[in-house]
Amino acid sequence: MKKELGIGVLLLLLCVAVAILNPKFLSATNLQNQARLIGIYGIFSIGLGIIIITGGIDLSVGSVFAFQGVLVAIALREWHFAWPIAVMGSIFVVMGLGLFHAVLITRLRLQPFIVTLCGLLMYRSIARSAAADETKGFADENFGPLRWLASGDLGPVPMQFIALLVVAAIMWVVLHRSVYGRYLYAVGRNEEASRYSGINTGMVIGGAYVLGMLLAGIAGIQLAFYTNSISPSGHGMSYELLGIAAAVLGGCSLRGGEGSIVGILLGTALLRVLQNLVILLGIPSSWNDFVMGAVILIGVTLDELLTNRVKRPKHPDAGPVSPSREPLPV
Amino acid sequence: MAPILQLTGICKRFPGVVALDEVSLAADRGEVVALIGENGAGKSTLMKILGGVHQPDAGQIILAGSAVTIRSVADAVKHGIGFVHQELNNLDNLEIAANLFLGREPLWAGPLRLIDRRAMVEASRPHLERLGLKIDPRTPLRQLSLAQQQLVEIAKALSQNARILVLDEPTSSLTATETERLLATVTDLRGQGVSIIYISHRLGEIGRIADRVVALRDGRNAGELGRGQINHDNMVRLMIGRDLKSFYVPGVGQHHPARLRLQGLRTSAWPSQAVSFDAAGGEILTFAGLVGSGRSELAQAIFGVTPPLDGRISLDGKELTIRGSRDAINAGIYLAPEDRRKTGLVTSMTIRENVTLPGLRDHAPAGLIRRGRESETTDRQIAAMQIRAPSRESRVMNLSGGNQQKVVLGKWLALKPKVLIVDEPTRGIDVGAKAEIYRLLRALADTGVAVIVISSDMEEVLGISDRIAVMREGAIAGILDRSRFSEVAVMNLAFGKAPTNTAASAAATASN
Ligand SMILES: Nc1ncnc2c1ncn2[C@@H]1O[C@H](COP(=O)(O)OP(=O)(O)OP(=O)(O)O)[C@@H](O)[C@H]1O
Ligand SMILES: [Mg+2]
Repeated sequence: MKKELGIGVLLLLLCVAVAILNPKFLSATNLQNQARLIGIYGIFSIGLGIIIITGGIDLSVGSVFAFQGVLVAIALREWHFAWPIAVMGSIFVVMGLGLFHAVLITRLRLQPFIVTLCGLLMYRSIARSAAADETKGFADENFGPLRWLASGDLGPVPMQFIALLVVAAIMWVVLHRSVYGRYLYAVGRNEEASRYSGINTGMVIGGAYVLGMLLAGIAGIQLAFYTNSISPSGHGMSYELLGIAAAVLGGCSLRGGEGSIVGILLGTALLRVLQNLVILLGIPSSWNDFVMGAVILIGVTLDELLTNRVKRPKHPDAGPVSPSREPLPV
Repeated sequence: MAPILQLTGICKRFPGVVALDEVSLAADRGEVVALIGENGAGKSTLMKILGGVHQPDAGQIILAGSAVTIRSVADAVKHGIGFVHQELNNLDNLEIAANLFLGREPLWAGPLRLIDRRAMVEASRPHLERLGLKIDPRTPLRQLSLAQQQLVEIAKALSQNARILVLDEPTSSLTATETERLLATVTDLRGQGVSIIYISHRLGEIGRIADRVVALRDGRNAGELGRGQINHDNMVRLMIGRDLKSFYVPGVGQHHPARLRLQGLRTSAWPSQAVSFDAAGGEILTFAGLVGSGRSELAQAIFGVTPPLDGRISLDGKELTIRGSRDAINAGIYLAPEDRRKTGLVTSMTIRENVTLPGLRDHAPAGLIRRGRESETTDRQIAAMQIRAPSRESRVMNLSGGNQQKVVLGKWLALKPKVLIVDEPTRGIDVGAKAEIYRLLRALADTGVAVIVISSDMEEVLGISDRIAVMREGAIAGILDRSRFSEVAVMNLAFGKAPTNTAASAAATASN
């Protein structure tokens, strides 16, 4: 909880500072737009956070956005599918990719980094060829309530933000109160011991990749309608890295077994506010990524220095070590 | 002349525990001082302070009469303190020589700072020879046995000109012959004037090599024994503050029907051997045999973590299909594995989280965990196992070895076992905790559970068992009833022939 408090305070200070330096930060339009983006980023960052808690990683998310965006646009505008079928169908396909990753990672024991890196390379390529490298989009069609659901407003509140609140609430319960959540932490920290406790570690880890893709699929629909046009070569580019950054900034450890929903949400918000700050303070946009990189670096450094995080003892004594290779007479 | 080492008034606290309270320890040149105490008494902490791993909160370190401050491991090395931790800290992807000279490699080519491998290899030879290791220093470390790796660690400490050598439980995973070799080395080093601080729970070893015994209890000095006073009972009395009666509790001797029945089980470790045996409720059946004879693999097959290739397992007359540990757990067959840290516990989690892990669903109606229920179960197990910890929310990694082992047992006993397999239940555990674990296992058997113990400690094997199954090369070489229990009988079966010289001497040392 200490960790979350730290990021929370940092976020608050940053907001106050930006608001003072440029009052536009608090204007209704800006707040609305920020909430919209926090909604989209938050949803898939939670998915990435869960994968990171298992000790894994998913690099394919950005390419999946391009792939899914093209798929949905074609399904709606060219194949004229009913919107629920197009949307659900695309989410299922994306979850199928997650399942594909899960099988390679848990059954064939390939490394998550490699598997999803290949996904990153392949899926964008598929998207580009499916779209013949043309920009696909939704023009001004509404597809029934779909546009409103994906990127409308409920009163003053953007739908993406509402969706995030719902997703975060559900995932909070899953991660912090459910058996599956406890298993995620256990498996992330010590897969062997978890297996010896009767946990089906393959299912737990695999489930995280599918769950991650479900959330990416939901965020992907929102992103497609947020941008409204999908240029396959650039749509969603390097979003996976921003998601990973948000999760890590929010306290997820790449060693696995650490992280929380609140932390991920705060991490996401912090990154968004930083981007907003660059624009509002008139910093040249070329410095955008520098600011983010620097803040993440400072954040994780402070965290390592200030909070006494879980240290794995280097040489705990008085315990059995792996069995000898030579026979031991009884 | 001042003693070469003097620790006085050392205090050290960790969050929630006072690990050391005004502890003193001295060693003379060429003296072997054994440091004993229960799990969590503070032995390792005291040595880690000497070795620069921890900083003391108070107290003085005096080396050869002058007070020093040891801020880091490098400082300790500079002062001639060598430390061999129980858990190996070597790089098994590198060769022996590279390990010996890690961080102080001989260099050449001036500013290019290239490693002079030939010089390094040559410089390694005398250090290895001094310990009787006749191995080429260019051998990759991973090709060595655990004991040889341990000796390389000692060679490394000595190659840094250690005048004081700390050995923290160096023999807990060594074979009997390797233990002999190590003890002989310690005696040699003493002759060469090296002072040695020797931590072990194997009191037999200590009786053989120690010049003096220093005991700690609950982070304080509990007394010392001079050469003439060192014997098992005196050491136990110092450590636990009372006599230890009835170490082994005999069974009530009732005959129960077979609960667990194995027929023709084959494991992937020994695919050509089929294993069959029965284990009855109410008995402690112990598996003895050489390390690598397939005992742990058999246990892992029954428990389903590495499912058996074929064969039949039945429990109380019902045939089981075991494809994973979940199947075994659902049937009531549990395994407390030999490596607590790697497979028995998630050490970064709390006692509560570990105890409830295998039975989490019972604490989570509708998939949602109830903290209250978890706490109840945990408190019950802490009381039943007499686990000593600041609270149920303590991280398991901060507990002493004995208490960690009790958490492993507690986690399974919370689930009402029908068959409990415990693999090396007392490795690295103090005498008091050992006695408690024996008591727990016997009590469990008396309630009708089939208890299967895997042990490499001959004294334990002969002491706690109702029957002994001896394994050799993946098969059961024979099963002994109490009337036929003897060290020789077990060794003969384990080696599969009349004991040769090595077997006989191994048998002699295993019983120390
Ligand atoms: N890094 C740590 N953080 C918190 N507590 C610790 C830490 N290291 C040790 N302790 C606590 O300090 C006490 C002394 O531990 P220590 O490891 O020195 O015991 P020991 O005598 O070596 O026991 P064993 O025979 O089990 O090895 C124990 O209560 C232990 O839980
Ligand atoms: Mg210790």
